[in-house]
Amino acid sequence: MLDSYLPVLVILLVSIFIGSAIIVLSTILGKRFPTAIKLMPYECGMDPIGGARRRFSVKFFIIGMLFIVFDIELIFLFPWAKIYDKLMFFGFVEMLLFVVILLAGLIYVWKKGALQWE
Amino acid sequence: MEAVLFYALAAVTLISGVFVVFLRRPIHNVLFMILTMIGLACLFILLHAEFLAMVQIIVYAGAIMVLFLFVIMLLNLDEFVMPPEHRRVRYGIGIVLAMMLVVFLIPTSRSIISSPTAQVVATDSATLTNTEIIARELFTTYLLPFEIASILLLAAIVGTVIIGKRSTK
Repeated sequence: MLDSYLPVLVILLVSIFIGSAIIVLSTILGKRFPTAIKLMPYECGMDPIGGARRRFSVKFFIIGMLFIVFDIELIFLFPWAKIYDKLMFFGFVEMLLFVVILLAGLIYVWKKGALQWE
Repeated sequence: MEAVLFYALAAVTLISGVFVVFLRRPIHNVLFMILTMIGLACLFILLHAEFLAMVQIIVYAGAIMVLFLFVIMLLNLDEFVMPPEHRRVRYGIGIVLAMMLVVFLIPTSRSIISSPTAQVVATDSATLTNTEIIARELFTTYLLPFEIASILLLAAIVGTVIIGKRSTK
């Protein structure tokens, strides 16, 4: 049973290897001519404005909460998809009801303009 | 092999759990909490509960932690200094509560392990995967609670919008 997770382990090791190889090789092989501008904190090419420790806008809260809600909806789809062929039409209606109720939520959010950043 | 993996994962989970409590910077606490969640997910896989492992990573390590991070950034806890007094009282209360938790948990977990339903699921799992068993129960026996869960999520959406959104006139 645990043997089936061997590919996961392999992909984990390979990605760790590639990630660290890129950093280590560029540290060893790369030439460095540091200037004051190059050593500045990098932020999308813009000059940083103030510190990073500021209060975040509450607008992120709506996005975060909506993400969680639809994440949980998604997690219910996994076991459903697994036995979909056994549930037949009954299972389809069941999940349709579930998704439609949450779709009503999405439409509500949309109509309220909560997806707008204003 | 499984025992070695279990102890290694349990050690990672417990140690990062300790860091969650004792590190001073809130962001570091959250990062170690994610590590704790991932450790728990691996332990679930070890228990052949792959669905729970996936939920643990997608919902807890992914979504719930976003909210934790958001709350930390909203409150800006870096400026907040813990008052040093009453530390002994706090430790005392914490130890007493932890003891009570253990006292309650041991009989509960013992009764679950020796209960007959655990064996029924165990014999089932010889032919079906864990996800299939959960799915079968969820979409037949617990159909109504499942549909009510969608209403609950709808309520969460509406509540979020009402709390977070400034009403347009």
